[in-house]
Amino acid sequence: MLEEVGTTTEGDLIINVGPQHPATHGVLHLVITLNGETIKKVEPHLGFIHRSIEKMCESLTYRQFIYVTSRMDYLSAHINNHACALCVEKGLQAEIPARAQVIRVLMDELTRIASHELWWGAMAMDLGAFTPFFHAFRERETINDIMEETCGARLTMNYMVPGGVMQDIHPNFQRRVKEFMQLYKRKIHEYDEMVTGNIIFQNRMKNVGYLSPEDAVSYGCSGPTARGSGVSCDIRKLYPYEVYSKLEFDEILETGGDSFARYMVRIREMQQSIRIIEQLIDNIPEGDFQAKTKAVLKLPKGEFYSRVETARGEFGVYIVSEGGTTPYRIKFRSPGFSNLSVLDHIARGSKLGDMVAMMGTLDLVIPDIDR
Amino acid sequence: MQLTQRAKQVDRRPMTQLEKLYLWNIAKGMWITISHLFKRKVTIQYPEQKRTFSKVFRGVQILNRDEEGRERCTACGLCAVACPAEAITMEAAERQPGEEHLYKEEKYAAKYEINMLRCIFCGYCEEACPKDAIYLSQTFAQANYDRKGFIYKKEDLLIPNPKEDPDAYQRAVGERVTKPLSS
Repeated sequence: MLEEVGTTTEGDLIINVGPQHPATHGVLHLVITLNGETIKKVEPHLGFIHRSIEKMCESLTYRQFIYVTSRMDYLSAHINNHACALCVEKGLQAEIPARAQVIRVLMDELTRIASHELWWGAMAMDLGAFTPFFHAFRERETINDIMEETCGARLTMNYMVPGGVMQDIHPNFQRRVKEFMQLYKRKIHEYDEMVTGNIIFQNRMKNVGYLSPEDAVSYGCSGPTARGSGVSCDIRKLYPYEVYSKLEFDEILETGGDSFARYMVRIREMQQSIRIIEQLIDNIPEGDFQAKTKAVLKLPKGEFYSRVETARGEFGVYIVSEGGTTPYRIKFRSPGFSNLSVLDHIARGSKLGDMVAMMGTLDLVIPDIDR
Repeated sequence: MQLTQRAKQVDRRPMTQLEKLYLWNIAKGMWITISHLFKRKVTIQYPEQKRTFSKVFRGVQILNRDEEGRERCTACGLCAVACPAEAITMEAAERQPGEEHLYKEEKYAAKYEINMLRCIFCGYCEEACPKDAIYLSQTFAQANYDRKGFIYKKEDLLIPNPKEDPDAYQRAVGERVTKPLSS
């Protein structure tokens, strides 16, 4: 007799995955109820890395609080900073120089490649293939070097400031990015050959963790997780910011809804990022890299919201200002939280061994979920 | 159900018999691994080999001196205000007659501490400083035995005196300092 999935009955096995488990990529604690090897329920327990960033931001000025947001989704730190800078600029009604806009988009797309790159390596490692991890990190290292040269740091760049970017790009920047693009096009092909076309890998990914488009919408999924189910939700296309409206790129949509579709969305998204970078890298306009802003920023009384597309999905910043130098209230809408909430839904009824593939393709970054 | 009409159909040709073979895939993976044996190594042997950092790299702070070896910091506190992590504390003192060779201006920092466990290396102290007194150097790996050791005092942060030890001064200054000797 098949018991109802989702309820705990006698004889069920309850196991803890995490908070110190290599497959959770951070301090995520999952309480999994098992019937034999079939998952009946997955309960994520959060709070291990809660730093109360939203509250902390209330005591920081509009210049300072951007730096804290690099520590949320550290793999797309640039894009987080970008969202905050956009929100503050919306309040200030500042004009951003064209050069700064292009540099920002370039950095965003480089970050997106680096983030997907790390996801690709880590996910393949979860599934038991160790070599892709090193391959991914080798290419990511080049991006980190480019970032270090221009921004001054490798992971938490703190490069975006309200009004533009912190400093001008390094003279080598364009040359190195072009070199990297040449190399990377070859590498993506190698990745496909090594992992995507592998029958062992495909058998573990296909028809695993099916997420229907309706569920993707009702759980609030965004980014590649939702696009793998065919839900169009790319903020770069739907609500273009900076220069995205002038660029030619495709929104990647797959209709599969399973882990393999989500995987393919990210792989193809990297190719779109290359396309965006190639359009921009030779066309960085001359001019200022930073608009003139006051030393002490004061936002007018009101509420401001801006959103961007990070590597994981829609990231929103909501600022309530009372007219002072610090925000009255800040709320971040992080993509990881909604994407994690769907895990219970897609994991129910499948085997425990498949959960790693599902979690891998949701691309969870724990500090982003639990800020 | 399809929520949008914009999804593009992807070429998903079925796998050939060869591709379906597990052994073939393992051999292909091994080939990629083995071919890397003959490629140039991308790693470096870290503590022995050190890579150079870019000019703008943000590492541990240094307190700069002017060309005569006098401290530039006037303890105005702008860096402490700009610091998002509230890592900087300082105490100001008046310069006494006869101390002109030690401090550049009438006011100086009697105590200057940076809590390195709080510091997030954002570089805002450097940007805020009107006297070019604080810079972020290219040193980055700090180690200590206890947490107290990470509260860097003025002695730890001050750059070597360019008059007494010019070599050490040059090493510590690095490339980032834009105005090392202007007054």
